[in-house]
Amino acid sequence: MHESILVYRHFRYLKWAVTLTVVAILAYVFHTPGEPANGGTWLGYTLGGIGAGLIFWLAWFGMRKRDYAKPTGKLEDWLSAHIYLGLSLIFIATLHSGFQFGWNVHTLAYVLMMLVIASGAFGLYAYIRYPRLMTDNRRGTTLDAMIVEMAEADREIRELAAKMSDEIRDLVFDAIDNTTIGGGVRRQLEPGRSGRTVAAIDKVRSAFASGARDQTETSRRLISLLTRKNELVVRARNDVMYKAMMDVWLYVHVPLSFALLVALVAHVIAVFFYW
Amino acid sequence: MAGKFKVAIVGSGPAGMSAGGRAAETNVSHILFEKSDHLSDTIYKYQKGKFVMATPDVLPLRSPMTFQAGIREDILGTWDKEAAKHKVNVRFKSEVVAIKGQKGNFELRVQGGGDIVAEYVILCIGLQGNLRKLECEGADRPWVQYQLDDPDAYSDETIVVIGAGDAAIENAVALAKQNKVIIVNRRDEFARVKQGNLNLIAEAIDKGIIECYYNSEPGHIGDNYLLLKTAEGEAKIECNRIIARLGADPPRRFVESCGIKFPSKDRAALPELSGSYESNVPGLYILGALGGYPLIKQAMNQGYEVIEFIEGRPVKPADEPLLESKFANINVPVEEMLQRIRQNVPLLSGLTTLQLREFMIDSNVHTPRRGDVIFHRNDYTNSFFSIVQGNVDIQINPTNTAEVVGLGQGQFFGEMGLISGRRRTATTISASDDCVLIETPRRSMIKLVNSVAAVKKVLDQTAMARQIQTHLAPAVPTSELQEVVESAKIESYPAGHVIFNEGDQGDAVYLIRRGSVTVSRSIAGRNLVLSYVPAGNYVGEMALLSRKPRSATIKTAVATEAVRLDGSAFNKVLDKYPDLRRRLEAKYDQRLVENVRMEASPESGSLIEFLVAQGVGEATDVLLIDESLCVRCDNCEKACAETHGGTSRLDREAGPTFASLHVPTSCRHCEHPHCMADCPADAIHRASNGEVFIDDKCIGCGNCERNCPYQVIHMAAKPPAKPGLLQWLLFGMGPGPGEDLEAKKIKSSSPKLAVKCDMCKDLAAGPACVRACPTGAAIRVNPEDFFALTIRG
Repeated sequence: MHESILVYRHFRYLKWAVTLTVVAILAYVFHTPGEPANGGTWLGYTLGGIGAGLIFWLAWFGMRKRDYAKPTGKLEDWLSAHIYLGLSLIFIATLHSGFQFGWNVHTLAYVLMMLVIASGAFGLYAYIRYPRLMTDNRRGTTLDAMIVEMAEADREIRELAAKMSDEIRDLVFDAIDNTTIGGGVRRQLEPGRSGRTVAAIDKVRSAFASGARDQTETSRRLISLLTRKNELVVRARNDVMYKAMMDVWLYVHVPLSFALLVALVAHVIAVFFYW
Repeated sequence: MAGKFKVAIVGSGPAGMSAGGRAAETNVSHILFEKSDHLSDTIYKYQKGKFVMATPDVLPLRSPMTFQAGIREDILGTWDKEAAKHKVNVRFKSEVVAIKGQKGNFELRVQGGGDIVAEYVILCIGLQGNLRKLECEGADRPWVQYQLDDPDAYSDETIVVIGAGDAAIENAVALAKQNKVIIVNRRDEFARVKQGNLNLIAEAIDKGIIECYYNSEPGHIGDNYLLLKTAEGEAKIECNRIIARLGADPPRRFVESCGIKFPSKDRAALPELSGSYESNVPGLYILGALGGYPLIKQAMNQGYEVIEFIEGRPVKPADEPLLESKFANINVPVEEMLQRIRQNVPLLSGLTTLQLREFMIDSNVHTPRRGDVIFHRNDYTNSFFSIVQGNVDIQINPTNTAEVVGLGQGQFFGEMGLISGRRRTATTISASDDCVLIETPRRSMIKLVNSVAAVKKVLDQTAMARQIQTHLAPAVPTSELQEVVESAKIESYPAGHVIFNEGDQGDAVYLIRRGSVTVSRSIAGRNLVLSYVPAGNYVGEMALLSRKPRSATIKTAVATEAVRLDGSAFNKVLDKYPDLRRRLEAKYDQRLVENVRMEASPESGSLIEFLVAQGVGEATDVLLIDESLCVRCDNCEKACAETHGGTSRLDREAGPTFASLHVPTSCRHCEHPHCMADCPADAIHRASNGEVFIDDKCIGCGNCERNCPYQVIHMAAKPPAKPGLLQWLLFGMGPGPGEDLEAKKIKSSSPKLAVKCDMCKDLAAGPACVRACPTGAAIRVNPEDFFALTIRG
């Protein structure tokens, strides 16, 4: 009953996009303007018109998404069309350019458009790849619950570590105090690992192995708690990473879209007034 | 004798006080006795700040005193002022202990002196009577109290609450906010309390907020401790305060000593009264709860009316205009119409005048012409119809509208939806031009069924015969099903109950009339769910047809009622109607095929089991999120908030997940909505498409929030309005669309009201959460369809 955006309505928008692209390519191939292919021929203007129209319509998605009270239609419908028609722009715009590039506002608009599409393509990849990984990684719990569980583990670990040697205690306390979940953009995008906690585990284990046997029970309990904590930290960081991966591309996609709109308007004005 | 009055009123509750007001207003010589030092002691003893309802809403108030729904303090304050304004002759701290004599010359003996003589006596002493006291040693210590005015007045104390009723629970829970509270229950459970209170106390005990001693009784009260007799021995509890809420003794003995007779020995029996509230003792009137009018507004109206009766000014009941307007379209006087309803509809003939009047105020009278549709098959309405006059046809075959069952005067219909909580099973049309129908809403009907045993019995018997015919044997005439119906029994089971086990002997067939069950089989030591069977279907026919032991286990998914049909009686019908046997066998074969398929894909069975465990079995529409598609953008929550005044009614992240199917915390629109069970304002309804919604009558009492087992209702204040989209986009005015879900700047004065999903019933294209999902991860489905798809693969 659930239907992904790609297969939505039996690939309706893929069919639209392919049709549009194929027609554009055929027209380009059979078009003989008597001058090098460029945006100034009738086909060039047509493709340019379609491309500009598509760009404004694609950008309108941001408005449509926020129009929550709209009484008709599904956002999924829009997103499916947004993806396929957005990808078809690669062909439409390239053919419109007639492969004429240079250091000018026209090519700037083209480059921005390609960057927007590339970031969107990454977004699509993230939307397909990460949801399932996130669910598997969570194992039926939530990030908040993991953090609560971590805090509980920390409390017990502190109690146990206080009974151990100063060196181990300091190491364990340091691991607890310096373990963070999330943080800046880079931290969020890193996969989960846990340096300090692992180091603390290793230290307790080596101390245990090297014969500090007077604290057997405490050591064993500490190792198992630290291992549990470590597992939670890795999972929580992975959770943050998956979410960040699904969000981060929008911080490129949206501002570049606005830049594209500005460049596009400049391109159109330049063409009509100064050509 | 200290005085002689025309009217003596005993008790200053709403009825007595209103009678006093009317007497004072019309210059009737009167005296109003009140045993405490303030008016209206019962309401005075309500918990501080309690919201007092003014039901029934539609009933006009007829009294010199005013009354509208509000806080206890405001209501009492108004009454005090008005009693003073009208110069009501009240004598406080005067308990009437005996009434002797007859009309024209009653002698009232008052505790502590001041006896009087009156021509008429109006008794308005209510049912509260005398509070029961503890009987153990030390019960008279000053720190033992029998009522609680303001729970917030106590803090940092250890308080023992004794009792297991609603009052005890309400007190205990309120006190636990700033005190250590221990509750003592004489039994092993909290029975006979409101569901909401049961949930409250169970949760508080579960979380360790309140400590509970079950099977325990107070043995002795010392200086600062309570010695408790428990099942395990004695326990000494040190405490600062004991609050005992043990109920009250009804004032029957006193009433009988006045010469008033009760119709039966039943503890709940009330004295019989004339239409003008006069008891069997002429000149002695009884008003209020003791006279069978427990609501404040009713009692106040009575107080007014009784003075009119005594003064010889006949008045019609206050609800007369309401009934007149109800009956306007048939142009029959109220009295005559009520008489006709009683005569023509046996189901309603046993109701008292008061019950019938109330029933009719809630109901509507329809006069459809021949061919008018009364309701359609698959409508989600759940009202109940009685035929006062004329005929209706029920179209039992959806493919052939000519196939009908006719019902005539005195019969009723619509009870199936009422019982199952599901869509209408057949279209019903009027079959005559002179049809007069009474349509009664679900809530009033349930109230009637619960309070009048005879109604329940007739309803169940008739419904059973119809259910058998509709769901099991549609082509068999009613007369042929006589034996099956007579041997059939209605059985109710709690959720998770096994009706029968695989391998059991037995040939009874079970027709599920409410709730749902799962069918499972043990395969390689594992219990595998094979299918889900909702109300309106039957189980157990396989053993009947194959004459072998039960081939699967049937377990209830939710609280369920089934009609148990005797196998041998049913077999006789099958022998006589080979078509029916073939139909059943075809279904049998289909089930065999489905079972084999399900055994081959155990994960589908596990999915059904998971969803049933989440209570989806009682849902009519549930939000399911496919987590392999969900990008966690929370656009569903944002859309919900944006379309519902700023507060989201769903919590995407909360809720369990199985494989990648997530059941978020969102309303399931249950077949028998738990939230509806105890809504004092009658603000929760079901729309004709099945949406359960809260209307603007909500008073914010929180009952529905407590009653919902799925935590999908919460209390929220309305957040302030947001700037428009363009203002946000161009000028950066926030919060923008979808932002600030937890609007922080809520004015503290805006009241918290209950909010829940209404399935966007006012949006033509359907639920905003589903439509706002960019990736198609969120869907809303009817579980029955979902299960059917899962099973068919």
